[in-house]
Amino acid sequence: MSLDEYTRREFKQVGTRVRRPDGVDKVTGRAMYGADATAPGMLVGRILRSPHAHARVKGIDTSAAEALKGVKAIITGADLPAQEDEFIRDVQDNCMARDKALYDGHAVAAVAATDAATAKAALKLIKVDYEVLPHVTDVDAAIQPGAPVVQSGRTLENVPAGMSENVTSHSEFGHGDPAEGFARADMILERSYRTAATHQGYIEPHACLASYASDGKADLWCCTQGQFNVRTLCAAIMEMEASQLRVTASEIGGGFGGKTTVFIEPVALALSRKAGRPVKIVMTRDEVFRATGPTVHTSTDVKIGMTKDGRITAAEATLRYSGGAFPCGTVDMGAQAAFAAYDLDHVRTYGWNVMTNRPKEAAYRAPGAPQSIYAVEATLDELCQHFGLDPLDVRLKNAAKKGTKSSYGPTFPDIGLTATLEAAKAHPHYSAPLKDGQGRGISCGFWFNFGGNTCVSLNVNTDGTVGITEGNPDIGGSRASISLMAAEELGIPYDRIRTIVADTSSLGYNDVTDGSRVTFAVGLATIKAARDAIGKMCGRAARIWGIDPEAVEWKDGATVPAGPNAGKFPPMTLAEIAAVSAETGGPIAGHHEVNADGAGVSFGVHIVDVEVDRDTGATKVLRYTVFQDAGKAVHPSYVEGQMQGGAVQGIGWALNEEYIYGKDGRLQNPGFLDYRVPVASDLPPIDAVILEIPNPGHPYGVRGVGETGIVPPLAAITNAVCRSAGVRLHELPMSPPRVLKALAG
Amino acid sequence: MVKVRLWGSLRHGADGQTEVEVEARTFKELLDRLAEAYPGLEPQIRRGVSLSLDGVIYREAWFTEIGPESEVVLMPYMTGG
Repeated sequence: MSLDEYTRREFKQVGTRVRRPDGVDKVTGRAMYGADATAPGMLVGRILRSPHAHARVKGIDTSAAEALKGVKAIITGADLPAQEDEFIRDVQDNCMARDKALYDGHAVAAVAATDAATAKAALKLIKVDYEVLPHVTDVDAAIQPGAPVVQSGRTLENVPAGMSENVTSHSEFGHGDPAEGFARADMILERSYRTAATHQGYIEPHACLASYASDGKADLWCCTQGQFNVRTLCAAIMEMEASQLRVTASEIGGGFGGKTTVFIEPVALALSRKAGRPVKIVMTRDEVFRATGPTVHTSTDVKIGMTKDGRITAAEATLRYSGGAFPCGTVDMGAQAAFAAYDLDHVRTYGWNVMTNRPKEAAYRAPGAPQSIYAVEATLDELCQHFGLDPLDVRLKNAAKKGTKSSYGPTFPDIGLTATLEAAKAHPHYSAPLKDGQGRGISCGFWFNFGGNTCVSLNVNTDGTVGITEGNPDIGGSRASISLMAAEELGIPYDRIRTIVADTSSLGYNDVTDGSRVTFAVGLATIKAARDAIGKMCGRAARIWGIDPEAVEWKDGATVPAGPNAGKFPPMTLAEIAAVSAETGGPIAGHHEVNADGAGVSFGVHIVDVEVDRDTGATKVLRYTVFQDAGKAVHPSYVEGQMQGGAVQGIGWALNEEYIYGKDGRLQNPGFLDYRVPVASDLPPIDAVILEIPNPGHPYGVRGVGETGIVPPLAAITNAVCRSAGVRLHELPMSPPRVLKALAG
Repeated sequence: MVKVRLWGSLRHGADGQTEVEVEARTFKELLDRLAEAYPGLEPQIRRGVSLSLDGVIYREAWFTEIGPESEVVLMPYMTGG
C-alpha cells in the first residue's frame, strides 16, 4: 500500500448519518446473538474451573459424572492433542488446563449433558486431585527473584540472566542520550504508577454452538470478533483441516478486543465430537470475569526532564506489565506508544512482561497504550503544575509533527496531533470557568491503527441492487460504513445496498475485527471491489454500444461515453446494465483481496472537568469533551459513538474498575455488582469533536477510530482529580477509598 | 545497501548495534538477509516483526519494495484490540 491512495473529492453520501442497517433487528430482539443459536438434539456444555490460583492437577476422576443419567460426554486436557506450536499451545492450555491450573477459574474439565441441571450436577461429581502450589498475582511481586514460578522455561533470549523465571520478555525503544537531555532540564520529575487489570466489560457473555459430524466436518456458531481466527485456532486444536470447519459469527454484544481469541469454542467442539451431538456453551458472568482475558495490570516508572518554559529535554519509562499466566507481548505496544505524542531528542522506554497467576490477557482497545500514556501524561501534568504552565501549551510546544522521529523509531508522515491540540485549546470547554472544588484535566492519546488481510465480494443484482459480502463481525457500525462507501463509489443510493458478514466457507480469509482496522481496510477493499465491478459494467456498456471499453466511463451511477469522440449514447444506469446482465455475459461482480497497510496513526485529546467529594472520596465527572483525528468520518454518528464509548470505558478504568484478588489468589469481584462499570447516571453527555485530516493511505482518507479514545481518559481524569482535590494519586482506579486515603495524607 | 534501524533490545542479537546495513530490495529479502547476517535476530524475526518504511507500518507484505534511501525501521509485530 502506498501513501498516494487518497484523492480529494466532494462526497455525496459518505459523511452522512444514514439509518443503521442493524437497528430494527437489535431493538426488536430479532438479532441473533451467540446464545441464540440452537440445533436439533443440542446438549448443554458446562465447564469445571479451578478454585485455586495455582495447583498441580494430579488426577481427574470423571467416573461418577459419566455414570450420571443424561451425561453424554466429558473432556479434560488429556482429550486435546499435544501442540508443538507455542502460540497454539498457550491458547489451548488456557481453554483447558493440562497438568497445572494456572489461575482461579482455569478450566480443568467439561461436561455435555441433556440439560443444564444435569450438566451442573455432573460437574459436582468430577473429583480433581489438586496439589496446591504457592501463587503470585501481583506484577511487582512476581518480578522478584524467589517469587513463585508460574511457568518454567518461557523466558525469551532477550531477558538478562538472573531474573525471575516469571519475566518472559524485555524490550527497549528510543533514541538519543537521555542522560545528556536530563542534564539540560530545569527540573527532573520521577514518579511510579500502577494500574489495575480491567475487563472489556462487554454485555454479551461468550457463547457458542458446535456441531461435529461423524464424517469429520464441523460447524461452529459463536460470538467473536473474528470467525476466521476462530477457525484457525479451533482447526489447530481439533487437528482439523480448515475447509472442514465452518465458523459463523453471530451478532456481537461488544468485544473491545476481548473476543479476538477463543475460550470455549474448542471445548464445545471436543465435547460435540465425543458426544456425537451439537453442544452449546454459554458462559456465566462469573466465568467471563474469572476465565476470559482482562487487560494487563501494570507498574510503571517515569522520568521526565523539562525546562522552565516547558520544553521536554529527556524522557524515560520502565514498564512492567503482566498479562496473566502466559507470555504476553502487550508491553511492547505500551513501550512504543508511551511518548509517541512528543518530539523528543532523548527518549527511552523499557518493557518487561511478567507472568502472574491471573487469567490470560486478551486485547482491550489500544492494548498497552492507555497504561503507559497514563503514566507519561500524569507526570507531564505535574511538571506543568510545578512551572505554572498551561498543560495544552506545553503539549503544543512538544507535539510530534510531520518529520518528527517518533519515540518508537519511524519518522512521522503527516499527522494530526497539533490540529487536535489546537482544536481543544480553541474549544469553549477549555476556557469555561470552574467553580471552587472543581478541577480540569487534559491528556493526549495515541494509537497505531492497522490494516490487515481483507477480502470483499460485491454482487450486482439484476434488479439494480447490490449485495456486499465481507468477513468482519460488525462491532462499531461497519456494515453501514461499508454500504456508504460502496454507494459513494457506485453512485447509487445507500438503501439499495445490503452488506452481510459471511461465514468462513463463503469468503477468503479476513483478519479479526481489531486494531481499528475495519472501516479502513474493509472500506478500502470495498471501494476497490466497486471499481472492479464498475470496470466490468463499463465493458458491458461498451459492447452494447459497439465502442471500445476505454471509451466508456462511470459517472453518477451510470456509464457514459468518455468524450465527444466516443459517440453519442444515452447513459446506462447500473440498474439498466444489471437488468440485461444475463444477455451480456452473465452475473456482474467485483472483488478485492488485500493485506492492507497504510492505516495511519491516530491522536486524540480529552478535556474533563470533575468534582471530588471530600467526604466520600467519590469523583463526579461534570463535563467531558473528546477531540480526535478520524481521517474522513464515513458515518459521523458511529465515529462519535466510538469516541464516546472509549471515553466512558476510560472513565471506568480511571475511577472504579479493577480486578481485586484476595490473599488466596482468588478473584474477589467477578460480577458487575462488585466490578463497577460506569452507568448512564454516572456520566455527563460526552461531546465528540471530529477532526478530519485525510489519511493518505486510503482512497477516501479514512483512519481507524475505535481505539484511540480509550487512551487519554486515565490521565485526563487523574489530572482533573488532582486539581479538584489538591492531592495527586499515582494508582488506578481512583476509587473512593483510595481518594479518601490520599486526602487523609 | 539499506540501513535498518532496530529497536534497542535487539542489539544483543546484532553485535551490539541498533542500526545495521544489509543488501535488500524487498521486505522479504530484508528479513532473510538480517537473519543470515545476524543469527541472533532470527528468533525474533521468526516470532514476527513489523516494518516501517518511510513512516508507513507494514505487518507482512514480503514484496514491498525498499529503496536505497528509504527509512527502514524494524518493529515488533503490531497487535490491536
